[in-house]
Formats: sequence, C-alpha cells, structure tokens
Amino acid sequence: MKFERYGIGIAKGLTVTIRHLLRHPTVNQYPEQRLNISRRFRGNELIWNREKCTGCGTCAKTCPQGAIEIVTATDMAENKYIVDKYEIDTGYCIQCGLCVEACPYEALYFSHNFECARYRRGELVQGKEEMLETPQRKVSGYFYPDKAQKLPGQTLLVEKITEKR
Amino acid sequence: MAVRTEPFVLNMGPVHPSTHGVFRMRVTLDGEVVVDIEPVFGYLHRGIEKLAEQRTYAGIIPLTDRLDYISSMNNNFAYCLAVEKLAGIKVPERAEYIRVIISELQRIAALLIAVGAFLNDCGAFFTPFLYMFRERERIVDLFEMVSGQRLTYNYLRAGGVSQDLPEEFLPALRKFMDMMPRFMDEYDRLLQQNEILIARAKGVGILPAEQAINCSISGPVLRASGVKWDIRKDDPYSIYDRFDFDVPTQPAGDCYDRYRQRVEEMRQSLRIIEQAMKQIPSGPVRAEVPHLIHPPVGEAYGRIECPKGELGFYLVSDNSIAPYRCHIRPPSLINLTALRDMVRGWKVADLIIIFGSIDITVGEIDR
Ligand code: SF4
Ligand code: SF4
Repeated sequence: MKFERYGIGIAKGLTVTIRHLLRHPTVNQYPEQRLNISRRFRGNELIWNREKCTGCGTCAKTCPQGAIEIVTATDMAENKYIVDKYEIDTGYCIQCGLCVEACPYEALYFSHNFECARYRRGELVQGKEEMLETPQRKVSGYFYPDKAQKLPGQTLLVEKITEKR
Repeated sequence: MAVRTEPFVLNMGPVHPSTHGVFRMRVTLDGEVVVDIEPVFGYLHRGIEKLAEQRTYAGIIPLTDRLDYISSMNNNFAYCLAVEKLAGIKVPERAEYIRVIISELQRIAALLIAVGAFLNDCGAFFTPFLYMFRERERIVDLFEMVSGQRLTYNYLRAGGVSQDLPEEFLPALRKFMDMMPRFMDEYDRLLQQNEILIARAKGVGILPAEQAINCSISGPVLRASGVKWDIRKDDPYSIYDRFDFDVPTQPAGDCYDRYRQRVEEMRQSLRIIEQAMKQIPSGPVRAEVPHLIHPPVGEAYGRIECPKGELGFYLVSDNSIAPYRCHIRPPSLINLTALRDMVRGWKVADLIIIFGSIDITVGEIDR
C-alpha cells in the first residue's frame, strides 16, 4: 500500500488522543462516589404490599420464569383469599417486570436498590416478611410514574461535561 | 532443497479474545495461509426457539433480549412486529415514534461496539474501543431511564411500549444529539486516514456483490459490497416511510469499507432520530391488549433492519396462549456463511480482522 506522505494520518489521530489527556475523567470510583440509578430501576428484588394483595395469583401466572410461588386459603366469613405463602426465588427471577405490570391491585413493585448480593443460595428465596417495604428498600418507579417523582433524578453521562476543563 | 509444508489444523476458540463470544473455528493452515475453515457453534445454545413454545406471547419478549444482547431493543421490535401482524394489533402513533427513536439509538450503540471491536482486532488496542464505549454509555443511560435496565431492556410490548417516556428523556436526548456528531468527527479524525488501519484493512477479505446476494447476506456487510438493500427503505415497517434518510453504500466490499459503512449508517440514524424528535406526537403509548394474547390460527413473519442485517421472527399460532412454533432468522448466522470464501488465501492475522468486520454476536447464532 502506498501513501503520499506517510504518517499524516497517525499524527492526526494522536492529536485526538492527546486532547483526551486534558479532559475530565468519565469513570467514577465506585464505593466512594455513587451515581444515582434510574427512577424506574428494575432491581433484583421485588417489594410486596401485604395490605393491597388480594391473592389473585395473576403475578405468578404471568411470570415467564415461574419464580413466584403463592399459596392461598379461602376466608369464608370475609369472602376473600388469605395469602399463606408468597415466595419469590430471586435466583430464577430475570427482572423482566412483567409481574409488576400484571398485578391488577398495585401490590407489587420493584425496589430501588442494586446491592443485593447474598452469601448463601437459600437467602435468594424471599418470603412474605423479607419482601415488605422498609426504609432501606424503597419502592422504584417502574410502572408507577407517581412513585418515580419522589425519587432522586438519575445521574446522566450526557449531562457531565467531559470535553473542556 | 524445496521447502515442503503440510496442512495443519488449528483450533481457534471457543474461548479466544477475538472470537467475540464462545465461537470456535477449525482452521486448516498451510504455513500461515488459511486453506479452509469450518465454523463450529453451539457453545451458547439455550434453546430459545423451543422455550418460546412454552411461554405466553408476552413472556417471550424477555427471551428475545437475550438473542443479540447488544441490540436488545431491535430484537424486541422484530418480535413485537410479528405478534402484531399475527394478532392484528394496531399500535398508537406515539408508540411508533418512540419505537423508531429507541431502535435507532440502539443501532448507534450496537454499531459503536461493532466498529470498536473491529478496530480492536486490527490492533488499535482498546483506545478507540473505549472512546466508543463512552458514547455507548450515554445511550445506555438513556435506555436505563426509559426501561429501568441497562442491557436486557424488555421495553417494547405487542401493541406499543411498556411505559411512556419520562419527561426528562427528550431534553437528555437533545443533549446527546448535540454532542454525538462532534464525537463522530473525532473518531474519523482518529481513524479514517490512519495508515496502519488502511494497510491492514484495505483490500482484505473482499466480498463481491454477487456472492453476497447468493449467500443472502444482509445489513452493513451487504451494503459495503455495493448493494443498496435496506429493509427500512425497501419494505418499510412501522413508520420508516415518513423519514428522509439515505442508504449509504461502499464500492469495494473489503474490511475497510465495512468499517466506513458502519460509520455512515450511524450518521443516517442520527438523521432519523432528529426528524422523529421533531414530529413525535402526544397520546397513548399502548394499545388495549389483553395480558394473554390468543391470536387466530395462522402464521406471520416480522422483519426489521437490525444493526447486523435482517432480523426476522416467524411465528405460527394455533389459537392458544403460546406460539405453536417460533423461528428466528438471525443476521449473524447468515452473514457468517460467507466467511469461508472471504478468508481463503489470507493469513491468520487477516482471518481475525475479516471475522471481526462481519460483526457477529454469538447469542444470536446459537440461540
Ligand atoms: S420480574 Fe419477571 S422473572 Fe422476576 S418474578 Fe417478576 S415476572 Fe418473574
Ligand atoms: S397479582 Fe398482585 S394482588 Fe394478585 S397475588 Fe400477585 S401481588 Fe397479589
């Protein structure tokens, strides 16, 4: 391959690389510097609202992974279901969000949290008590725009100026 | 004394940094010249087509995310088109625009990876790749904002999209659109005339137009050989007939042309997004579709132009809640059929870049 003047292209390319030296870094030092996740974050864990759930089982039927197990009993006097067992195996859950969309009584949400590593496999199966909302496990705005308003805005890389120092 | 060489069989992959996933090639070499190759795949087989027969129509969408995992939104799009054709669902206007914006953004993100990985194979070790990843990160941020996830979006639904765009989305997209052309110029300055890249890629792995058509190659690989075929123009789906954009082609069909082709396509995608952002109406984003769709007995084929070529979903319905048969036409697998003829007679180092210039994702080949 022949070039008229060899090295022009490489020199031009190097100016781009050198200019990058003068820019702000794009990466963050994770545990110290934290970015805000999306308001609609679909995290690893689901939050279940004990009061609102009627035990209809729509979520379990919709789940493509079969990760939700629900056992109900009938309360004849009150004419409703009692949820005996509500379990999600988060090891099988692919966080698709179909159960949250399907729940007709707004009783199931995603949690706004991404650090959910566990030490044992058994801890991945979450029962009724572990799935409730707590101050640490906030509700994510996935599929519920009114809940998204209360969460902090997402950190966006497009808003970070990296070109000029 | 004459030097005599014997054919030598070399296994490349399945775990090799330049095979872009778990892909294996059995290469027959004569000295350093490639005599023959035989692709071996199946290392990532998950049986997605079979699994789809046991799931509801909505439950297949998360599976399609996992086909070509760097362009999930496009996979969702093709599948949803097939289901809509099968069940006769009409998509609201705003949802159509959201789909176009999202799928063009995804095209840019996937092409950035394709170009970056190709340059990596050429020996530009990670500098351009990471510059391009930074821009992809900006797109993925936007996707996280709309869908809540960064890789497996699961955002499109039969009959629209799962949720409306948040109000922060369009201003953030505006900012991205303002900065992206500047970065594209920067990449061109970095690479377009780079002597090493030209020496490595120009004239290497030529795919003639006639052979590309015979192998039913599609996407940027076909257009780099000079064939003007783009499903967005030639068989418009969704609302692509409303936008004004060009189908760029390249003359020679070598590795360098395939790289240029991808860069030109990104510029066209920016043009489409620009127009879609101006025209997007307000309104509902999801048609009234039941959770369990029972399409009438029949079959449908939905196809789109995805970043790698024609992606098609063929569905057969027997009026139950799950498809009777789901077949996927992955562009990566079909584009790979020309690899053998392209690499014959080249050296091993050229085999790597020819393979890189086809741009495959193994998740889609093995399914
Ligand atoms: S998010 Fe998806 S996989 Fe997980 S429990 Fe809900 S429906 Fe099942
Ligand atoms: S769909 Fe909602 S209300 Fe019904 S069982 Fe599941 S969580 Fe409870």
